[in-house]
Amino acid sequence: MYSILKRVIFFVLLITLWEMLFWWGIWPEYILPSPVSVCKTLARGFRDQSLLIGIAISMKRIAIGYGISIGAGIFLGLLIGRFRIFEETLGSLISGLQTLPTICWLPLALLWFGLNDRAIIFLVFMGAVLSITIATDAGVKSVPSLYIRAAKTMGAKGLKLYLEVIIPAALPHIIIGMKQGWSFAWRSLMAGELLIVCLGLGHLLMIGRELNDMSQVIAVMLVIILIGILVDRLFFMKVERHMRERWGLVKS
Amino acid sequence: MMLESAGIEGIIELDHERVDTKMEIPGVNDVKPNLRIRHVSKSFQSKNGSVYVLEDINFEIKQGEFVCLVGPSGCGKTTLMNIVAGLEKADSGEVWANGRRVSGAGTDRVVIFQEAALFPWLNVIKNVEFGLKLKGINSRERRNIALEYLKMVHLTKFQNSHVHELSGGMKQRVAIARALAMNPDMLLMDEPFSALDAQTRWILHFELQNIWMKTKKTIMFVTHNIREAVCLADRIFILSTSPGRIKKEFFVDLPRPRDDNDVHVAEYSTRIMKELKAEIDKVVKCEMDADSCTECDIKCTTEAPAKTDIGGGI
Repeated sequence: MYSILKRVIFFVLLITLWEMLFWWGIWPEYILPSPVSVCKTLARGFRDQSLLIGIAISMKRIAIGYGISIGAGIFLGLLIGRFRIFEETLGSLISGLQTLPTICWLPLALLWFGLNDRAIIFLVFMGAVLSITIATDAGVKSVPSLYIRAAKTMGAKGLKLYLEVIIPAALPHIIIGMKQGWSFAWRSLMAGELLIVCLGLGHLLMIGRELNDMSQVIAVMLVIILIGILVDRLFFMKVERHMRERWGLVKS
Repeated sequence: MMLESAGIEGIIELDHERVDTKMEIPGVNDVKPNLRIRHVSKSFQSKNGSVYVLEDINFEIKQGEFVCLVGPSGCGKTTLMNIVAGLEKADSGEVWANGRRVSGAGTDRVVIFQEAALFPWLNVIKNVEFGLKLKGINSRERRNIALEYLKMVHLTKFQNSHVHELSGGMKQRVAIARALAMNPDMLLMDEPFSALDAQTRWILHFELQNIWMKTKKTIMFVTHNIREAVCLADRIFILSTSPGRIKKEFFVDLPRPRDDNDVHVAEYSTRIMKELKAEIDKVVKCEMDADSCTECDIKCTTEAPAKTDIGGGI
């Protein structure tokens, strides 16, 4: 309770300072808009649905790209984690590619897919898949062989061994990889939308810049931050807490 | 065949090196063998060449019998257990379980490891249901079976607990329930109580004996604790180290349930201890004086080749 109070006071002070800076008029409004006009822009954006449409389009892209990357990442991670041949070949490729900033895939994506949704989805996919692959690989390698042997004596083999034992046992690692993958995917999405003109939140940012409408730029930035926080709080924190309680990783 | 009547009533001691594998012990041979181990050998590669961990192991376990394998650290008893379980392959020889030759892990031989190996992502009852789910039994039926066996180990109250909330002894009891729920012909127990404190072990010895008397499962139990073996087993095999061979065989015919602290159990343990002393001395000598040891070459690191077996060793 006390920490929430401190946080509220901090943000109230920050916004007050911002408002004061605006009133002093050191910078023109297209460089530093007032918090009030940012709020107005936000409200207008929601009223005329331009922000809502932007959010919906961006979320659709990330849902597709990130969804595919979860499936592919877990699959590749299992291959690398369980089979020596894939570790020696695919594994080195993956760790090499991981050093490449995702936005470097943009020229390739444009040539492969053109200036459209699919290029952005590809960027999102590339942003998340490597993190998830690497984390799954680490998770699979850390599964105690005792679990696998115990499961085998109870009749687990083939696909069932993966579904019932290896994946659940590796899940804490996979979740960490998914969380990291999400933040990379979110960044790649914004980068892609800034550079490819086709709606979405990134595009709204660029419109704000083109119209010299700094309050729109800041409003959209706030929305992007908010979505990031919401996904983290509503999904990853809950999943992680559930996992900790179940596995007994932390005494609560 | 050599039959030596022991000092204590009800105990038969056999010198295994001189016993033919088809020995006739009156009254024990009427039941068909559940497990038959024939000429099983296993070696590991070390820098000094290959080293026999098991050499020409031969024995049979009858339906419903409770057999303990006892031996000092590194005598290959866990390796033998893994071979019977189908988790490791023997270099030569064969293992027959229930009339079929063992070629891999099978649900007719469920293993209980030193660590309970319960799955932390499942709660207690789901752990017990695990094998039943793999068998394709529907959810209501497997819940009933799981509850029945949780009741047998007195843990129904904890059915919805997470694994980490249980004590070591409780975990091992859940592991026993999980194994029994599979309704295997044979339980393979690899030092299941060695990580527990004496008090818990004492309780579990009673519990296991009661379960065994109720279910009449064939049990092959590996331990380095002689008193535990005397307390539990119908028959005890003493394994020697480097190479692991069956050195002696003892029959224990004391009334059940037996108590660790029972005077007969204690007396009998002492006698077996004497048998084992030579072997233990050999191991100690190796560990203390590893460089000049000629009797063994990997013994001091015998547990090393078995990297995969977390449950192994002492």
